[in-house]
Amino acid sequence: MENSNSIPVYDSKRRISPALEEFMELIKYRNLIVQTVRRNILVRYKRSVLGVAWTMLNPLGTTIILAIVFSNVFGSTASYAAYVLSGLICWNFFAQATNDAIAQIIWGGGLLKRIYIPRTLFAVAALGTGLVNLSLALVPLLMVTIATNVPIRPTIIFLPIPILFLSMFSLGIGLFVSSIAVQFVDVTEMYQILLTAWMYLSPVIYTEDMLPAKFLWIVKLNPMYYIINLFRDPIYLGRLPELSDIFITGSIAIISLIVGWFLFAQKADEFAYRI
Amino acid sequence: MPQQFATYKAIQLENVGVRYRAPSERIPSFKDFVIRWLQRKIKNKDFWALQDINLTIEQGESLGLIGHNGAGKSTLLKLIARVLRPTNGRVIVRGQVAPLLEFGAGFHPELTGRENVFLNGAILGYKRKEMEEKFGRIVEFAELGEFIDAPMRTYSSGMWARLGFAVATDIKPDILIIDEILSVGDESFQRKSYARMQEFIDRGATLLFVSHSMQVVEAMCQKAAWINHGHLMMVGKTSEVIQAYRESQ
Repeated sequence: MENSNSIPVYDSKRRISPALEEFMELIKYRNLIVQTVRRNILVRYKRSVLGVAWTMLNPLGTTIILAIVFSNVFGSTASYAAYVLSGLICWNFFAQATNDAIAQIIWGGGLLKRIYIPRTLFAVAALGTGLVNLSLALVPLLMVTIATNVPIRPTIIFLPIPILFLSMFSLGIGLFVSSIAVQFVDVTEMYQILLTAWMYLSPVIYTEDMLPAKFLWIVKLNPMYYIINLFRDPIYLGRLPELSDIFITGSIAIISLIVGWFLFAQKADEFAYRI
Repeated sequence: MPQQFATYKAIQLENVGVRYRAPSERIPSFKDFVIRWLQRKIKNKDFWALQDINLTIEQGESLGLIGHNGAGKSTLLKLIARVLRPTNGRVIVRGQVAPLLEFGAGFHPELTGRENVFLNGAILGYKRKEMEEKFGRIVEFAELGEFIDAPMRTYSSGMWARLGFAVATDIKPDILIIDEILSVGDESFQRKSYARMQEFIDRGATLLFVSHSMQVVEAMCQKAAWINHGHLMMVGKTSEVIQAYRESQ
């Protein structure tokens, strides 16, 4: 730096790659990530009586409904509840983290015009919020698992790996969609519809063997298929995934994150006059 | 921290130009975009918000920016706040910059004043510990008393503005950017705000000030810059620049 004292110097000419710069700034602003996650959680439950308990009650309620419907209509076994809840937690995390990332970059637009903050911050904070919710949702998941006589096996200590992949994938998609949504308002609406379709293409509420064999290949094109299975198998089946499954899912996660991050960082300089 | 005697160039703009590239018509929806893209009807229109700006602001100076709406004043502030990058030229800023956030931008209505102070501090790049140390002073300056623990949706607009100003100015940035917002709050609070800005100047902070009120610019700033249609018309002593600006009307 030109000045020997500790004054921060910003020079528009001196620039590392936008994607890397974004990452370095994010580390500097980690306190804002924590504060934003805190805000998201506080605000969501501020005026409700049960507060954060809703994070657990919400998937539990959906699971009970689905379990009743499926056991009566399709004759599913009791353990279906554990199956559906594990998938649902995964899916909710993905849907919430990506949706929040988009909503917040648009909400934060007024801020981004006036003050410098790393622009990936909103998506990362949405992810952090999702992780808090996910950890809380593991409590009802374990309860349902025990209640439906699915034994809890030591394989659940493998869970951090699929959660990591799920996070990377969600962040990548969240950044990708929000960099387009900044320019076009209706992308947010389109994404809602896409999410609904996407959920039915993922093994969330149905099991693979409920599907006609001819549709299976479509489902297998879906990245969420691999992520959900990687998350579910250690809980529901009590088995560790094959190495090849870990490899496929990890690659999907990394590719999604890199593509989303680079595209977003590339477009981020325009946000100040696009939002 | 700023040295006591030797000043340095706090802000340097060298041949700066900013180009906004936008479709010539507003295409708000993705559907329209795709249709027009297929018809090859997307025409980008370039608009130069600023051109060939050369400006140096010494540490400790207070500079007023004057000019019509849309002249490029806010774009210039955005460059200095690092929100926007120049298309051409070079921007160098030495010191920590804090913009005075307009009307409590960044506050969340459901959170209490206290929670918002910490959130706002984090937006400005401060750690929790640093904010804890400032907290008492901020509440006192904003004259909020016990309301600090009430959700901000229950605040009056004056209370919002006061808290916003108190947070932004307690953090003691090296460079403070103020974009036309001091019209909020009652008269006594406005006086207090001006007194605080004067404190800033006395302490050696650099001040950048945008206002349509020539009176305020004249009172606050030693120097002024006049921008017209993206060009820097004149920089100099406030009274002279204001006079030239008025004569051009």
